[in-house]
Amino acid sequence: MKKKLYDLAHCRAGDKGNTSILSLIAYREKDYELLRAKVTGPAVKRHLAHIISGKVTRHEVPNVGALQFVCEQSLGGGVTTSLAMDAHGKSLSYALLEMEIDVR
Amino acid sequence: MSRKKPDLLRIGSGAGFAGDRLEPAVILAEGGGLRYLGLECLAERTIALAQLRKLKEPAEGYDMLLARRMELLLPVIKKKRVRLITNMGAANPIAAAELIVEIAKRRKLDIKVAAVTGDDVLKLMRPTDRVLETGGPLSAYKWLVSANAYLGVDALLPALATGADIIITGRVADPSLFLAPAAYEYGWQPDDLDRMARGTVMGHLLECAGQITGGYCADPGKKDIPDFAHIGFPYADVDSDGNCIIGKPPDTGGAINLITAKEQLLYEVTDPRAYVTPDITADFTTVRLKQAGANRVAVSGATGKPRSPTLKVSIGYHAGYVGEGEISYAGANALKRAQLAGEVIATRLKGEFKEMRVDYIGSTSLHGKAYDATARPYEVRLRVAARAATREKAALVGEEVEALWTNGPGGGGGARKYVHEQVGVISGLIAREKIKPEVTVREWRREKETV
Repeated sequence: MKKKLYDLAHCRAGDKGNTSILSLIAYREKDYELLRAKVTGPAVKRHLAHIISGKVTRHEVPNVGALQFVCEQSLGGGVTTSLAMDAHGKSLSYALLEMEIDVR
Repeated sequence: MSRKKPDLLRIGSGAGFAGDRLEPAVILAEGGGLRYLGLECLAERTIALAQLRKLKEPAEGYDMLLARRMELLLPVIKKKRVRLITNMGAANPIAAAELIVEIAKRRKLDIKVAAVTGDDVLKLMRPTDRVLETGGPLSAYKWLVSANAYLGVDALLPALATGADIIITGRVADPSLFLAPAAYEYGWQPDDLDRMARGTVMGHLLECAGQITGGYCADPGKKDIPDFAHIGFPYADVDSDGNCIIGKPPDTGGAINLITAKEQLLYEVTDPRAYVTPDITADFTTVRLKQAGANRVAVSGATGKPRSPTLKVSIGYHAGYVGEGEISYAGANALKRAQLAGEVIATRLKGEFKEMRVDYIGSTSLHGKAYDATARPYEVRLRVAARAATREKAALVGEEVEALWTNGPGGGGGARKYVHEQVGVISGLIAREKIKPEVTVREWRREKETV
C-alpha cells in the first residue's frame, strides 16, 4: 500500500542562499524508522528532480523523530535574486509531502 | 562585578521579521512578566536595502517601522521595566538610537539607549575574498552595496553593561539577540560550551516569534491552531544552565506544542550537529523537547563545541532590475489560454533578456509541476518575470503582458505590471579579530523640577 508523506509527517521549509532546507518530522514517533528507511536522500532528489539541481544531504535527527534534507542549488539561483514568485521556497514543504512511499 | 543571579530569566520575542505584527510585542511586554524583550527585524537583504536609503539620506538607514514600534513599546517597557534588545538599527544604529531618544523625550520618558556598531565591514572586504556561494572571488560582483559581519554575544555584553533600557544593533546573529541577556545575567563565558549551546537553542526557538506559536505551521484539519488570528508571541523562562520552557502570555491565540517546537528547532538548520553562530557551534541532536503543560514546551540538553575563529559576512550587491507582468484567465480551457498567452510573450521577447521565466499561477508556478495531475484549475494567472540592467528595459515585460488585453487570448483580465530594483546577497568570511565592535550611548532625563 502506498501512502503520501502528508499522512505520516509534517514539514517546514527554510532557506539559506540557493539552498532549501526541508525538515520532515514524523507525527508519531514509531513512524520515524519507516521514514528513515524509505525517504532517502536520492529518493527526495528524484521526487524534486525539476527543483533541486545540486546535492541532497540527509541528516538524521532521531531525538525529534525527524529527517533534515539540505538541498543545494534549489532556489532559482538564490533567494535574493531568484525570479520565482516563492523565491524562498517556503511552499516546497508541501511538494515533499506529496511524495508517496510503500507502507506494509 | 557581582550581580544577583535570577532563578529564572524570562526573555520574550516581539518580532520575527521587519514587517511583523506590532501588537504581540506590546501584549508580551505588558502582561508577560518579561525581563527582556528581543525584536529580530533584519533579514539577509534588509540591511542592504537600508544601506541604499542611508546613501541617499545619511540620517536614515534604520528599520522602517522603528518609530511606530517605539511609540507603542516605550511607555510599556518603561512602566514594566523590560529591557529591549533589537537589530532594528540596521545600517545606522546610532541614528536609530537618536530617533528613539527623540520619541522618549516627546513622551517625557527617561531613556538610555546603547547603540552597537562595528558590523559594517565593507571597507575591510578585498576583491580576492572568497564568496561562499560560488567559491570564486568577490571581484565578480561589480557594484557592492553593503557588507556586514554577524556579531555575537561578545559585542552585546558591553552594551548590556551600560544599564541601557534599549540595546540597538545592526547585523547580529539572530539567536545572539536572545542569548546575550542570558549570558549577561548568568555570567556565562564563551567556554561554557553547553550553556552557550542551550542558550543558542533558546534564541533559535524564539527568533522567528510567531513561528513557534502556530505561525507558518497551521493546516486546517491536520494542524489546527486555536484563535489563529491573534497568535501570541513566545517567551522563554531560562535557567542558569540554559535549559528553558517556551511559553506565551495568557489569553492569546496560537499553540505551543511538540509540532510547533520541532518545526522551529530545525528551521533553516543546515547541519543539526553543527549549528554555527558567532557564539558557539551547537549540536541540536542532543536537544530534548517535552510538553510541560498547555502551551508550554520544556527544552533541555543541547551540547556545544567552541565557536568558529571566523565570522560570516553578508554582502549586498546591486543585481539590476526585475520587471513583472500578470494577467488572468478563467473557465473552460483557462490553462491552455494562459499557456498561449505565455507563448506569445516568449516569442515577442525572444532574445531581449538573458534571464526570463513564465509561470502559471494556480497550476505550476510554485513547484514547477502539479503533483496532482488530475486537478484542472478553474482559473490561471500568467506571470512573466525578467531581469534587466535598466528600469526601462525591465518595464518591457509588464508592457508586453498588459498588451495582451487587446491582443492576447480571449477573456484575459486583471493585468498588472511591476518593476523593482533588486539587491542580491552573497556571503563571505572574516577573521574575528578584524572586527571592533563599539557602543555609543544616547540618553535623555527629565530635569528635576525646582520648587
